[in-house]
Amino acid sequence: MVAVERLVEAYRAFAANGASGAPAWLKELRDGGIARFGELGFPTTKQEAWRFTSVAALTETAFELAHPASRIPHLDAIQPFLLGDGPRLVFVNGFLVRSLSTPLLDGVRLDSLAQALVDTPDLVRQHLGKYAGFADRPFAALNTAFVRDGAFVYVPAKATVKEPIQLLFLATPSNGGARLVAHPRNLIVIEREARATVVETYAALGDGVYWTNAVTEVVAGDGARVDCYRVQRESDRAYHVAVTDVHQGRDSTVNLHAVSFGGVLARHDLRGTLAGPGGYLILNGLYVLAGEQHADHHTSIDHAAPHCESHEYFNGVLDGRSRGIFNGRIIVRPGAQKTDSKQTNNNLLLSRDAHADSQPQLEIYADDVKCTHGSTVGPLDPKALFYLRSRGIGEAEARRLMTYGFAAEILNRMDVAPLRAQLDRIVRARLAE
Amino acid sequence: MLEVRGLHVAVNGTEILRGVDLSVKAGEVHAIMGPNGSGKSTLTQVLAGHPAYTVTAGTATYDGKDLLALKPEERAREGLFLAFQYPVEIRGITNSYFLRSAVNAVRKHRGQEELDPLDFLQVLEDKLKAIGWDDTLMNRPVNEGFSGGEKKRNEILQLAVLEPRLALLDETDSGLDIDALKTVAHAVNKLRAPDRSFVIVTHYQRLLNFITPDVVHVLADGRIVKSGGPDLAHELEAKGYDWLRAGAMVS
Repeated sequence: MVAVERLVEAYRAFAANGASGAPAWLKELRDGGIARFGELGFPTTKQEAWRFTSVAALTETAFELAHPASRIPHLDAIQPFLLGDGPRLVFVNGFLVRSLSTPLLDGVRLDSLAQALVDTPDLVRQHLGKYAGFADRPFAALNTAFVRDGAFVYVPAKATVKEPIQLLFLATPSNGGARLVAHPRNLIVIEREARATVVETYAALGDGVYWTNAVTEVVAGDGARVDCYRVQRESDRAYHVAVTDVHQGRDSTVNLHAVSFGGVLARHDLRGTLAGPGGYLILNGLYVLAGEQHADHHTSIDHAAPHCESHEYFNGVLDGRSRGIFNGRIIVRPGAQKTDSKQTNNNLLLSRDAHADSQPQLEIYADDVKCTHGSTVGPLDPKALFYLRSRGIGEAEARRLMTYGFAAEILNRMDVAPLRAQLDRIVRARLAE
Repeated sequence: MLEVRGLHVAVNGTEILRGVDLSVKAGEVHAIMGPNGSGKSTLTQVLAGHPAYTVTAGTATYDGKDLLALKPEERAREGLFLAFQYPVEIRGITNSYFLRSAVNAVRKHRGQEELDPLDFLQVLEDKLKAIGWDDTLMNRPVNEGFSGGEKKRNEILQLAVLEPRLALLDETDSGLDIDALKTVAHAVNKLRAPDRSFVIVTHYQRLLNFITPDVVHVLADGRIVKSGGPDLAHELEAKGYDWLRAGAMVS
């Protein structure tokens, strides 16, 4: 319990100092978060949702709450992570760096959560914490306790933001320096019949141990169309724990893409709630792991209304002694008739020591529904390998091509061309290692 | 072009080919017919270099080279092509990307410059025009979600683009309706050339109504038990295979 007490202590200092000027409702939200975290503590592998993922290494490390960085990276240093000159927010260790950002403030709002709490407190209050429940999620509770900064994206009804909005979260770890934890909190509100594309990237400048504990809440209003991309390319020694909760209104479409490359330990919980009839959700995910990396994706799609459709595709490419975990839960609530839900999880094992666990979890309480799931775990298909070789492609190249294809299957569903190209380069570089 | 002598082949310890002799000259079209399980597909797979099969005796030379000493990819680069009975899906890789990789592997081997995507598109367009097909399959992942007919057509398209000197067609007619069969046969006929040989494996005679072979062989119980001209195919259609198998056992 030492680690938990340390965090509760850190919260007291935070509440008395950095967060002391907060409005009452926010203070209440934070207090609720820390109280719940104190009760839940860190998860253990005795809990079903954490069976395959131990956070012992994380709890044994003394992390210090990150503060606004005194040294700001140069634009050149962050260029490799950017997707062009579109609207963007750049955060360093969880805090907005205004000089690297290009906010939007004209109808559409793109700014830091900290600023939005000052400028549009009612709008924030209406949504913050309403979707990312933390009753059974200690890390979301902890994030809520430390809510301070992050991204706020607001697209009013019927508005369209054509260019992708980029949210870049950079850690600047230093060897020998303090080990920092950041709790970025993002709120993305796309109102009725509005349209937007948001790309959330987590990366590091430098190598070292740090911890990102992020929560992103996405609200898609009736008839809205939201394309969310999430790229986790933290440093190899990072701990990355995250929750993405999407709440969808009637006839809304959400495409949620999640790619995980980095971290020694990564855990991402994605939850989509189809709250109104006619909703459409795509969850499209990829994890590419090597060495000692461990990545755990827990997804949950909640069909709470009838006539909704969800498609889920997760592929894993695992090399070295890495471990990938996929848990895909689909809930079809009573009355959610005509639900159409498909889930696939395919894992490619490139080494004998790599390991994948794939668990579908279907909970169906309606009778007129279509739900299918399928998963595979295994090495490259020898039949396909021979097929490629029989066309003149050498064995090593054939293996590379098939492995690339396994990842490309997921990347091919992505529409943002510069991002697609960036991810392509990362995958190719990983395969060349 | 291809000389197979006394070829014995086993898979998982079971002997499937028990002394096959076959001689194919440049420009010839040979049909290999025979009942199910006679070893027809095994013969094409072995010639293409499938690692699951073990050659226990015999030789196969292609253009004077020891074919059996070459890796599958080396055989392909030397101009051997196998149209698969069951073409395999390659997830995430488009047909055009796959074909360009294959073409470039062959070109590299020949000391030719590799084609960039635009050059390749031009080559592809020319080939498609030559066999009278469109490019609807090119931007889809290799064989994924293809109908049976599309898969077979895709094999022939690869044949056209890779320009092999020896093409092995393994049951290319199976699972095709008559229109698809005609389309495939028509393309194969277009691809016949004085320096290109074909070995067409088929269970039925109907493909040979559209592609006239020079030689017809009957493979039964792992051996070629009879060879003849195109008329042999018609005889087999009328009489079946049993008379040959019984004869083979008596002799």
